[in-house]
Amino acid sequence: MAATSLMPRRDTSSILIVGGLLAFFSLLGIIIASRAVDTAMSIQALTFAALTGIAFVTLCLWAGSLVDRDPFDSREYEDTIVKWGVAASTFWGIAGLLVGVIIALQLTWPTLFYFAEHGWTNFGRLRPLHTSAVIFAFGGNVLLATSFYVVQRTCRTRLAGGMWPWFVFWGYQIFIVLAATGYLLGVTQSKEYAEPEWYVDWWLTLVWVIYLLVFLGTLWKRKEPHIYVANWFYLSFIVTIAMLHIVNNLSVPVSFTGSKSVQVFAGVQDAMTQWWYGHNAVGFFLTTGFLAIMYYFIPKRAERPVYSYRLSIVHFWSLIFIYIWAGPHHLHYTALPQWAQTLGMTFSIMLWMPSWGGMINGVMTLSGAWDKLRTDPVIRMMIVSLAFYGMATFEGPLMSVRAVNALSHYTEWGIGHVHSGALGWVGYISFGALYCLVPWLWKKQALYSKSLVEWHFWISTIGILFYMISMWFAGITEGLMWRAYNEFGFLEYSFVETVEAKHISYMIRALGGLLYFAGALIMSYNLFRTTLGHGEASPREYSPSEASRRTPALQPAE
Amino acid sequence: MYEALSSFAQTGGLVYFFLIFLGALAYAVWPKNQSTFDAAARLPLEDEGPVHDK
Repeated sequence: MAATSLMPRRDTSSILIVGGLLAFFSLLGIIIASRAVDTAMSIQALTFAALTGIAFVTLCLWAGSLVDRDPFDSREYEDTIVKWGVAASTFWGIAGLLVGVIIALQLTWPTLFYFAEHGWTNFGRLRPLHTSAVIFAFGGNVLLATSFYVVQRTCRTRLAGGMWPWFVFWGYQIFIVLAATGYLLGVTQSKEYAEPEWYVDWWLTLVWVIYLLVFLGTLWKRKEPHIYVANWFYLSFIVTIAMLHIVNNLSVPVSFTGSKSVQVFAGVQDAMTQWWYGHNAVGFFLTTGFLAIMYYFIPKRAERPVYSYRLSIVHFWSLIFIYIWAGPHHLHYTALPQWAQTLGMTFSIMLWMPSWGGMINGVMTLSGAWDKLRTDPVIRMMIVSLAFYGMATFEGPLMSVRAVNALSHYTEWGIGHVHSGALGWVGYISFGALYCLVPWLWKKQALYSKSLVEWHFWISTIGILFYMISMWFAGITEGLMWRAYNEFGFLEYSFVETVEAKHISYMIRALGGLLYFAGALIMSYNLFRTTLGHGEASPREYSPSEASRRTPALQPAE
Repeated sequence: MYEALSSFAQTGGLVYFFLIFLGALAYAVWPKNQSTFDAAARLPLEDEGPVHDK
């Protein structure tokens, strides 16, 4: 009786369906490649066929090696996928930051990696490679990994869907590879943060909808009656990104075997759709997703409850109700109707309140444990990320005001602003989460080296400061130069003079980026040594409750 | 037709969203929910395995 109750019925149907789907897509890739109307499409289709084919073969070998083992044992959390997510985040983070340093150097010395006859490494192709790599590859993998980790723990149940989370994870990596290689080949639909062409968009839609279903399925079978606030933030991120992605990428392929498509929207409608997408990608990808990380990892690491759970609920609903309307502030002084511009500006200013409410809630969670700010560099990194979040969400509303925008828009100030948010907020909260996750997942006492975390923190922080200050300086300089008139009413400066004026700032920015990149390298080394159990990362003993759970045969049968 | 539809969407949308938001606000400050929220604020601190049906 005891033996049968300990051996729950295995459900392997999801393995068969995912396997079948991968085989189908691999064949589809081969068919499209053989009939491709352009070279880029044949390369992309072959890449897709190869990657889905490898996934299919690996799945078959893995499934064959299972024998009697239940791969989806409901008595254990699905942590292997989180480990893969941590590895992928680190890998793509390094890649994305490296490309960032390269394009910063290209802006400073334009002939670097510029080949007139081969466009692969020109700035125009590397720039979307950088933005997509850091936002979607690094940020996206951090969100995938942490959401899978957090939803299981706060729902006290294993991830739903058997093999499907794995389809989401590897499908997302295939999306990244297709998008990245596509940019290098010159395939783009030229939409900000949404450059991949129609077929990559369709693939991502499939992956994303399954991600939503896996997340909802896990919430559905939760054993904890209350849905923890971090899960609300993750859910809003997944749902909104699905909506934004589908609407912004509405297009008609010229041919089902070609890489080109025609956009459905045109003119100012297209501009508004793009910035509705673009700003909410910031709001729901780079903000709500990472706020979910804040609401789990800061309390967990500080061993303190959330400062005000009520405030977290008000924070969530006010943030999502307001954020969605802020996009038009990207289109001041354009063909967009004035009322729509004003609406975007007003909502951007209102957004300041929920942003700071959330920041205060995160920082105050440290109440009673302020000493950890000094003793634990990982906590410090996450709290400093909130300081950058507060700074960026103050600067954003300011820049959305039409009069300020007249000076700041199209200048380096905008670049400085997004990077204080991206490097300071998104980067640091992600690094904090990775520093937490690796010892937890690999069952180690601590990280390999705490002092290396200190080095990472200080080198990166100095890097961010170099970046922000140089870009403020360059942005305001060029903004003022663009609007300077001489005594005859002509423009004082030619455009190239405003470019030349930024040269020194560009050098300092590249240095700042290099320091930040160096910090990330230190982190990946530290994380890698932690997984190997070196240094301070000795194996962790199980607590008694964990030990009894892990050897269920010793428990009395019910 | 456009005027009628847009004014309905604008006014109706405003009222609709505002009411939902008031609902969320009421839920957050409702005194009876305090104990649920106190427990929820400590949720990340629990470090137990999955609850499973034997």
